[in-house]
Formats: sequence, structure tokens, C-alpha cells
Amino acid sequence: MNVARPLPLVLICVAMFGFGFLLVPLYSVFCEWAGINGKTAGAYQESTTDVKIEDRIVKIQFISNHNANLRWPFKPAEEQVSVKIGERRQVMFVVTNPTNLPVVAQAVPSVSPSEAAPFLHKIECFCFQQQELFAGEKKAMPLVFFIDSDLPEHIKKLTLSYTLFDVTPAVDEKLVQR
Amino acid sequence: MLQNVRILSVLFALFPAIAWSEWEVNMTRGVTDTSAAVFDLHMIVFYICVAISVVVFGVMFWSIYHHRKSKGAESHPFHESTSIEILWTIVPTIILIIILVPATKTLVESYDTSESDMDIQVTGYQWKWRYKYIGQDVDFFSVMTTPSDEIYNKADKNPNYLLEVDNPLVVPINKKIRFLFTSNDVIHAWWVPALALKKDAIPGFINESFTKINKPGIYRGQCAELCGKDHGFMPIVIKAVPEEEYIAWLDERKSLKEKEASASQKDWTMEELMAKGEQVYNKSCSACHQPTGVGLPPVFPALKGSAIALGPMDDHLDIVFNGKSGTGMSGFGEQLSAVDLAAVVTYERNAWGNNVGDILLPADVEKMKGGK
Amino acid sequence: MTTQVADVEHGHENGHGPATGITRWLFTTNHKDIGTMYLIFSLVMLFIGGSMAFVIRAELFQPGLQLVEPAFFNQMITMHGLIMVFGAVMPAFVGLANWMIPMMIGAPDMALPRLNNLSFWILPFAFTMMMSTLFMDGGGPNFGWTFYAPLSTTYAPPSTTFFILAIHMMGASSIMGAINVVVTIVNMRAPGMTYMKMPMFCWTWLITAFLLIAVMPVLAGVVTMMLMDIHFGTSFFDAGGGGDPVLFQHVFWFFGHPEVYIMILPSFGVVSEVIPTFARKKLFGYHSMVYAIVAIAVLSFVVWAHHMFTVGMPLAGEIFFMYTTMLIAVPTGVKIFNWVSTMFRGSMTFETPMLYAIAFVILFTIGGLSGIMLALAPVDFVYHDTYFVVAHFHYVLVPGAIFGIFAAVYYWLPKWSGKMYDESLAKFHFWVSFIGLNLTFFPMHFVGLAGMPRRIPDYPLQFADFNMIVSIGAFMFGTSQLIFVYVLIKTLRSGEKAPQRPWEGAEGLEWTVPSPAPYHTFATPPKVD
Repeated sequence: MNVARPLPLVLICVAMFGFGFLLVPLYSVFCEWAGINGKTAGAYQESTTDVKIEDRIVKIQFISNHNANLRWPFKPAEEQVSVKIGERRQVMFVVTNPTNLPVVAQAVPSVSPSEAAPFLHKIECFCFQQQELFAGEKKAMPLVFFIDSDLPEHIKKLTLSYTLFDVTPAVDEKLVQR
Repeated sequence: MLQNVRILSVLFALFPAIAWSEWEVNMTRGVTDTSAAVFDLHMIVFYICVAISVVVFGVMFWSIYHHRKSKGAESHPFHESTSIEILWTIVPTIILIIILVPATKTLVESYDTSESDMDIQVTGYQWKWRYKYIGQDVDFFSVMTTPSDEIYNKADKNPNYLLEVDNPLVVPINKKIRFLFTSNDVIHAWWVPALALKKDAIPGFINESFTKINKPGIYRGQCAELCGKDHGFMPIVIKAVPEEEYIAWLDERKSLKEKEASASQKDWTMEELMAKGEQVYNKSCSACHQPTGVGLPPVFPALKGSAIALGPMDDHLDIVFNGKSGTGMSGFGEQLSAVDLAAVVTYERNAWGNNVGDILLPADVEKMKGGK
Repeated sequence: MTTQVADVEHGHENGHGPATGITRWLFTTNHKDIGTMYLIFSLVMLFIGGSMAFVIRAELFQPGLQLVEPAFFNQMITMHGLIMVFGAVMPAFVGLANWMIPMMIGAPDMALPRLNNLSFWILPFAFTMMMSTLFMDGGGPNFGWTFYAPLSTTYAPPSTTFFILAIHMMGASSIMGAINVVVTIVNMRAPGMTYMKMPMFCWTWLITAFLLIAVMPVLAGVVTMMLMDIHFGTSFFDAGGGGDPVLFQHVFWFFGHPEVYIMILPSFGVVSEVIPTFARKKLFGYHSMVYAIVAIAVLSFVVWAHHMFTVGMPLAGEIFFMYTTMLIAVPTGVKIFNWVSTMFRGSMTFETPMLYAIAFVILFTIGGLSGIMLALAPVDFVYHDTYFVVAHFHYVLVPGAIFGIFAAVYYWLPKWSGKMYDESLAKFHFWVSFIGLNLTFFPMHFVGLAGMPRRIPDYPLQFADFNMIVSIGAFMFGTSQLIFVYVLIKTLRSGEKAPQRPWEGAEGLEWTVPSPAPYHTFATPPKVD
């Protein structure tokens, strides 16, 4: 006669509950790998081999947004640049805090078409850290990047979008909890 | 008499035989190559489904009719046949493959990421759309214009009820357009049936879609993802025009911007601002705060006699410009011009018995708008 | 498979019957009492969820806002979905499982009777809590039953915390119920009752129970993440903190798609019991039926993203989910063909359970075919989030789940109550429901194709005519359920006495015990050859 005890079934439940949470890191790994949502990887790790510069030229568009709670004027200095594959390029994003309070913001990058996302390498980016601006402060924030030679041939133009999110309240909340 | 007319009209609405010819029962063929392909695919699959159901229901109704006990049918005790079961596993699989071939083809075509002629950034806001023509310095909001009297049945509804906006998206025909979707707050979905295009606008991320419109015309759509209270009231209107007309429109749009800029440098008088402010107020504010400024408390506070409208100018401008988080008050700083903002703030401070007496000059608002 | 009962000695009473008064229901561990409570609870929820559908359809009767404000309308659509899914359909199936599984496999009771009591008594509290949010400041949940972030996190009303807790409780209740079913079926089958001799209803419930155990914890996980985002400063679904709102949809639909099968598989089981009985013929292709259910259950884990074709997936993702979704049509088709073959060359009569079963096959097939259309990603770019989708899932859930439940209730009511229902009244209930249902949901296909988005409180004028028809159909369908209540009351009060086996063609252990089924059945297990 078969004997099934409830305990293994309960363990399955616990495991599946854990699996729900496991989906979070799995998903971000998968996204970074496949470029889903145009998510880009973190800072590019300098390799010892030199990156070869090719003649192929790609257009890069920059667009900027900000989330509902943030009212910072935020604009790329140039809306579109053409770069050679492998060429390092610096572009600036200009941001102003028009309010009379210090505000902390986080920029979230997204690339379209998303299949290009894994081939955009950022060496330096203001999105790596949270940005704090004092009341009325104006700041030019740099982005240094290059395009990988593995970028699929048919992609001639890609768009890099930054959305600024107000993270001031979130930071405060953490302070309150401590 | 009036009562009779009303009853008659209700009866008419119940039996709308006359309107039958106008009833839409199917998808539109649309005005792009993709939408035509999607429509054809839809019809193919529809007919296959009809054929399947005719066969299945045919056998079933035949059995129901002939194999009923009341007609003396005897039960035949067969209950297994491996060959027939394999057959009806394989045949549906083949049908599915037949459907999947054109479906995959259409899908791959709609993912054609070759270079576009122009790019438009579409941003969803609660509850309006913002269109930005990348590289053109043209950027505007598109808000539904259906008056609340029509929504609340106090006035007759016009034919474009709920599908009309102040600034339609104007695009040229026969040009490959790349749309980049994102959102300012929650997830929205931008949908125009005539383009067979629906894409989610997700806060923080961008999505892209392509279209090429073949026929000039006005095409209307709606937000398709539940995005809060006024999800049903953020339509999309696209005006597709020949290229020359589009270029003319673009120039006009740019000169409008310059005109606005020069208007804000002008010295405005109290009377001018009040007149302008009343227009802006009735268009952008009166739905919630009511034309008489009494609001609909507790959700929408009164402006008449309110501490903000009678308090310091800076605070008043701040709330109009930036909104108030956690309430229904959204910021109008990006949506309205400096002149409109100055006028509406001035109006709120000096209308319906509010009597602060000061005025806000457009030039001051301009400073706040981005500090040029 | 033949189930013949060798031992007729079963079913004798153990000497103690039910306790009296309220304590009988509060402390009962009897599977029949608990089954009854589940079924009554589900009926109450059906009427509450249905009255919300009334509000929705009344507002949509004509264009313009007449009765409710958009904010309240959104709460109604959300609550209607949640109550129907978690309050009406799922508890009804657990109720049927409680009543029938022990009687079908020849067991004296469920394997874990105290757990059984607990899993029922959580439900009234969970739903009271969830519905109380409607009266709270800021209103109840207003983000649709799919509660997509960030509308359900950053932009949600304060009452969302109560909603999350209520979902946790419902999930716990479902998991306990499912564990109970698995343990009962695995351990407590009568001697000789092998897996491949088990009635189809038990098979479908066994698979359903495994699905529940696998996915309800995932739902619990996703609402826990929401709770943490709202109150503890994490950002699973907030892009500003490194999260992703699309992740929410992936995790939700990883639960959500198997959930759809949780709501339909037990109905498959019921129909597979009812059709052979009234066709007086064995179920065609028992083995392939079992394999089909297992195939559907396994496939349901790899199709979830077909609910999200428009979120901007890469091409490969769209193709993968389109193909796997289409694949589900194959086992589902096998089931439908088997039911039709069971009717073919049978000797059919059309009592009310059979009418519901036939309506189930027809209408579920229609819903399944529109499902094939929706599975095609490029066309789904148009169908997605329109009334075509609303029509589709109501066609699979109302005639699917609800008609399956009606068929089961009419089929087994004589066994439960010992009395026959009024056949002509029940047929009247069927026909009014059938016409009302089609009047409600069929025109939704048209408005959806013509371009009406779902979840809107007001619509452009070209959709007005069909919406009025839909509303009239909905009022008819809703009101006709009062007939059902009347049939039930009439049966209990003045039904004729039912014989032990009221249906000529019925087979199975449940028909070998007297009607009404005694409080304790199969105290000594029957022997099945």
C-alpha cells in the first residue's frame, strides 16, 4: 500500500514559496543575459585585451524621463551621437533640482531594441550611484560607454533611456528603521 | 408628451434594427501592412475554428438526435480505440502547425527592427499621453477633451465621445515610425486598433514598436492596461497626413513654442491674466475643483477661500506646478505653458470672492520651468 | 475499468451521528459536513460576486457615468474577479471533493479531518476581511484581480495590506485542502481500487491538488513581495530601487496560469462522470483522458507569458510561449473528442446534469477555440486586454467551472439529501441560465474585436448597442440563479424520496450507499475487483 505523509507535501509548499523568491534573482540574471526590458549590466570590467575600433558606425539616441514624484529638469546635452564600434565616448546629462529641498535620485537605464542591451558597455555612469542634489543645484553628469563589436549587424540605431526616480523617501525610511 | 418620447426612445434603443448596419462585429483591417497581415491571420484562424466546431458539434448533435433512449437507441459498449485516439492527437497537431506557420511569419515581420525614418517617444501619465518627437524639439501632452457634462449625461454625446483629444499625434504617411514607450507612473498600454499596435508603457523601461501608415486619416484608440481611476478616459488620436502637411505642422508647432516664449516675456495686466486664466481653469481644473471653485470635498478641496489660494504665491505656484503627492492633484508644470500657469494661478487667487489682489507674471513662471 | 462491489456490508453506522446545534458545524471533522459548508459558502460568494457583476453591467448598460464613479467601478471589477475565483469556484470544488472523494474511493473520511475543518473555517474570515476593505478609507483593492505592480504597490490604496493578508489566508486554506486530497487519494483507496480504476473526478482532483500545492505558495510569495515593497522599503517591483514591474507579471502568471487549470480540471472530472451515466456507456478512452490531464497540468507551467505578449518580450520569448500555448490545445482536444465519442452510439437521456454537461462541452469548446486565437502572439497584440479576452475567459470559466459545478450538484444532490429535485424546474433553471449566459458573453466577442478595452467604466458610442444586450443577458443570467436556490430549497423541503441509485446508468461506489448517504460511510472498506 502506498503511504503518503503530509510532510513531504508541506515541504513542496515551502520549496515553492522559496522558488517564488528565487525567481527574482533568476529573472534579473536572465534579463541581463537576454537584454529583456533593455536592462544593461553594471560597470564594464576592463579587460586586458584592447578593444578594437571598427569602421561600423552606430547611432545612439539618448532620452530622459523622470518618475511622477520628481520634478527635475533632466536632459541629455546631445540627443543623438554617432559612434564607431569600440570607440569610447563621453556624453553629459544635465540635471537641475528646482525645489528648495535636497533630493536624492536614482537613474534607471533601459536600452531599445532590447537585444542590443548586452552590447552596450558603460565604463562610467551616473546611474551607478544615487545622485544627491542640493536645493537649486545644477549638475552635469557624465556617461562613458562603448559598443561591443558583437552587436548584431542589423542594428543601426539604438536608444538609451534614463528614468530618474526620486528615492529620497526610501532613504529616509531606512534611517527611521534604524 | 416628453415622457412618451422618452419611452419610445428607450424602446428604440432596445430594438436597434436601424443601427444594425453600423454594428461592428469584427476587427478592423487597419491601415498598415502589419494590421492587414494580422487581420488576414485572424480570419484564417477564425474559419479554421468554425470548421473544427462544425465537425465536433456536428457529430455531437447527430448523436444527441439519433442515439437517444427515447428513440430506442441501444448503448454500444465500445470504449477504447488506440488507433482513433492517435488519429485525433495527430490531426489537431497538424492543424496547429498549419496555423503556426503564418502566425510565426507575421510575428517575425512585426519585429522588423531595420532603421526607422523617425522616432517618437510616447510616455503614459495618469491619465494622459505625452508625445515627444525625438530630435525635433517638439513635445506635448495629449489630453481627452470630452466635457464632463457629456460623461455625466447632462449634454448630448458627440460622435467621438471619449475618443477626442486636444493635441492629436500628427505623423506622416508612408514613413517608418519607431515608437518608444515608457511611463511616468504606472503601467499603461498604448493601443490603436487601426495600426494593430498595442504595447505596454512601463515605468523605468522602454519598449519599441514600428509602424508605417499607408492611408491618411484620423485613427483613434484607448489605453488598454488598467492604470487607475481614469483608465477609460485617456484616448489616443493619431492624425496621419501626407509628408508636406506633416512638415508644415512641425514648423507651426515649433513657431508656436517661440510665440509662447515671447508671450511670456510680455507684460501682462491683471485683466488679461484673469481672462486667460478663466479659460485655462475651465479646461484643466474645473472637472475636480468645479467651475465655481467650491470643489467636491473631501476628495477635491475647494479653492474658494482655501489657505493655499489665499496664502503665499510661491506655495500656490508650487502645488499647481508640482502637484501634491498622495492626492488626485497632479502637477501641471510640464503640461501647461508659462502663460497658462501664471494666468490660472492669478485667476484662482482673484476669482469667486478670493481677493488677494496680486498677480503672477509668466516671466516668473518661466524661471521655474527650467531656469533658462 | 470495472468497479464492482463485492462487500455489501459497508456503510453500517458506527453508532454516533452528528452533534447537534452550532457546534456540529464549528467543530465537525466529518467530510460530509465540511463539504456541505464549503458548498453553501461558495453559493453565498457566488451571489456576492454576482451582485458586483450586476453593478458593473448596470453601469455599462448605457454610455456615460450613471450609477457609480470610476474609482468604485474599479473596486467592483477587482472584487468580482477575486470573489468569483477564490470564493465561488475554488471552494465549490473543494466542497465537491470533500463530499465525493471519500465516497468514490471507498474511504470512511478524509485523511486529515482536523486540518479539513481548519481549512474551511479560515475562509469566512479571509473573505470578511477582504470585503471589509470596501468600507475603508480610500476604498478596497482597485487594481484588477491581477493586481499588477506598481498600481497595486506604490499607487495602491492603504487597504491593500488587508487584501494581501486575505490572499495569504485563502492560499493557506487551499494548500491545506489540497494536501488533504492528495493524502486521502494516495492512502485511503479501498482494496482493489488501483489508480487506473479510480473515477475520473478523483483523478482530476489529484492533479488539481498537485497544481495547488505547486502554485499557491508562489502566489503567497508574490503578495509577500508586494507587502515588503509597500511597508519595508524593498523594491522588488520598483524600477527606482533596481526592481522591475514586469517581474511581478512573470511571478503572478507563473501562479495564474496553472490557477486557470485548477478552476477547470475538477469540472472535467465531473463531466467525465455525468456523460457516461446518461449515455449509459463507459467513458471513452479512460487512459488517454488521464494522460491528457497530466499533460495539461505539466504544460500549464510553461505557458504563463502568453498573458503578457505586449510587455515587450524578445522575439524568441514570444515564439516559445506561442508554441507551448498552442500545444495545450492537443490534450484539451483529446478530452473533447473523448466526451463526444462517449455520447456517440450511447443511449442518451437528458436529465438536468446531462444538459449542463452537454452545455459544458459546447461552450467550453467555444472558449477553447477563442483561446487558440488568443494564443497567436501577433493577433494577440490586437486582442490583448479587450472584451474579446473577457469573452474568452468567461466562456471557459462560467460554462466551464460554474456549469460543471451545477452538473455535479444536480447529479449528486439526491445522494446528499436523499431527495429528488424537481426536474422541470431544474430544466427551467438550465435553459434560462444557458440563454442568459450566451446573451451575456457572446456579444462581448464583437465589442472586443471592434476595439473596446476591458476594465473601463464608460465606453465610446459605437459599443453602446452590444453593451446593452450584454447587460440584459447578465441580468437574466444573474436572476436565474435565484431559481437554483428555489430548486434547492424545494428539494430539501418537499423533494420525493431518492432511491439509492437514482440514475440508471450510474456506476461507482457512491451509488452503493443509501440515499441520503449516512453520516459515516465505508467504515469497513469495500472490496473492488
